[in-house]
Amino acid sequence: MLRRQLLAGMAGLLAWPAGAAGDPFDGDPFKSFQWPELKKEFLGAKARTVFDARVKVQGPAFAEDPMNVPITVSTDLPGVQRIVVLVDRNPIRKVLELQPLAAQPAVSFRFKLEQASPVRAVVQTADGLWHVGGTLVDSAGGGCTVAGATRADGSWTQTLGQVSGRVFSNGNSAPGGDAAARLRVRIMHPMDTGLVGGIPAFYVSRLSVRDAGNRELLRIHTFEPVSENPVFSFDFAKAPPGPLRITGVDNNGNRIESQVE
Amino acid sequence: MTRRGLLPAALPAALALAGLLLAAPAQPPASAQSAAAIGPQVNVARLDYGLRARALADGVWVVEGTNADFSPANGCNIINTGFIATGAGVLVINTGPSRLYGEQLRALVERTTREPVVQVLHLNLHPDYFLGNQAFADVPITATADTRAGMQREAASYETNLYRLCGDWMKGTEARLPTQTIGPGPLRIGQREFELREFRGHTASDLVLIDKASGVVFAGGLVFSDRVPTTPHAEPKAWLKALDGLAALKLATVVPSHGPVHTGQRGLQQTREFLQWLDTSFTRWAAQGWEMNEVLRAAPPEAFTRWAAWPAEYTRNVAHLYPGYERAALQRGRQP
Repeated sequence: MLRRQLLAGMAGLLAWPAGAAGDPFDGDPFKSFQWPELKKEFLGAKARTVFDARVKVQGPAFAEDPMNVPITVSTDLPGVQRIVVLVDRNPIRKVLELQPLAAQPAVSFRFKLEQASPVRAVVQTADGLWHVGGTLVDSAGGGCTVAGATRADGSWTQTLGQVSGRVFSNGNSAPGGDAAARLRVRIMHPMDTGLVGGIPAFYVSRLSVRDAGNRELLRIHTFEPVSENPVFSFDFAKAPPGPLRITGVDNNGNRIESQVE
Repeated sequence: MTRRGLLPAALPAALALAGLLLAAPAQPPASAQSAAAIGPQVNVARLDYGLRARALADGVWVVEGTNADFSPANGCNIINTGFIATGAGVLVINTGPSRLYGEQLRALVERTTREPVVQVLHLNLHPDYFLGNQAFADVPITATADTRAGMQREAASYETNLYRLCGDWMKGTEARLPTQTIGPGPLRIGQREFELREFRGHTASDLVLIDKASGVVFAGGLVFSDRVPTTPHAEPKAWLKALDGLAALKLATVVPSHGPVHTGQRGLQQTREFLQWLDTSFTRWAAQGWEMNEVLRAAPPEAFTRWAAWPAEYTRNVAHLYPGYERAALQRGRQP
């Protein structure tokens, strides 16, 4: 463990151990007082963590639309077990948790940001170590405490649970992309945070993607901060045999079931 | 004009805080300020916008703002307003971003012409077109029906946003909405004949004012020159069509709301090129499955990066417009 870190360090300061003695930020490069608490609450008191530049989190420098802040998480770490996205200064701090299974360890989505905050991805590798990356997003605020458009006009009842999506293969000339295929999927859901007066929390809580042979490709747990009518992107090193089946459920037990080609 | 004044408002703070880990695009050098010969002399300590009137023709003045993004350093004065003496009073075109601006604009009008203000005209619903209205509460304030409805809808969030972006400059500012509806067509005040044309695309209602005697065109938000177009209410395809309509009017002197005053189609052509690039690129990238963060980091034609408000305005363009292109590209999934 120690040797690995030293090697990584020598290979270009890719990683550095967290928890320097007497540091109130527990080594956090963002110097956020929330970090030690976040770590305890969501990873466990004994979790081993390392700030690691190989965990890439991309977002905009500022949130033009705090109800839809686009985030892309990716890493070239091998053996990724799960990716957890946490936002220090949101009233609800856990955004999602991905188990990539047969997908690449990467996910893009949009979420609701209440105020300027670090946005972190913590990535657990097979050895149990959590690798932490992040980016800072500035914001005028208000993303979590405002009702979404379809909640405000009532139209969510007409579209609840509808899925649209597409598998994009090759030809994806996106910068830095090495995936052979990408699934982009949109699920109609109000994703209410429960922080708007009189509107209880109502959100998609779990999604799973399977290929034509019923092999589970990925599983994702989602929470209140994910944006209304969420759009997710998942990448695959090899194009999975389609059509892909998307199944899921929200916290009220409504089922989501659809096929995407 | 300092370099700092040209930076987008939110970026420096974010950069300072994020340090090493923030992968922000590099700032271009102080961007195009080509024709801003008579910019305002802002005094932040005294909250003095330093407004100056520049005559474009007999009785026609422009009051030029800084070609940049909103920031406290420029007083959030990034708009070109104007006024026209008619012999029977002055027509004021847009009133700026704050009560203070409105007051200083009115004082400037009174110093410059010997006529009273008789009417205010708004070319669209955006905040720096009308938040100076408190200084003109005693005259008819006019806008199209769609613009009036839009202002009513957005006023509260404009106030909040501009207070955050601009600070003290906004003291005492409250949205005062137009009092009369005006439609497209001829408008006559005193000896002046105007033509009002209504288009849509930049917003739901984009008014263009043409002064017949001088040929000066107040093009509002349809034309941007040396400045990345703003898109919070835009529909690029409709906007491109509006530009075709505008091009047919044979433009002489053009006053865009943002960027330098110019003659002919220079600004119109820049705006067209930008919107065409945006529309074509967003369509293609959505069809190839690009994520928003990839779109944010795509390389634009180099010329755009030299315009004022790049890259902050492009970040907004993506937030406003890309989701629409994305929706069109994701076909409905089938039920099994």
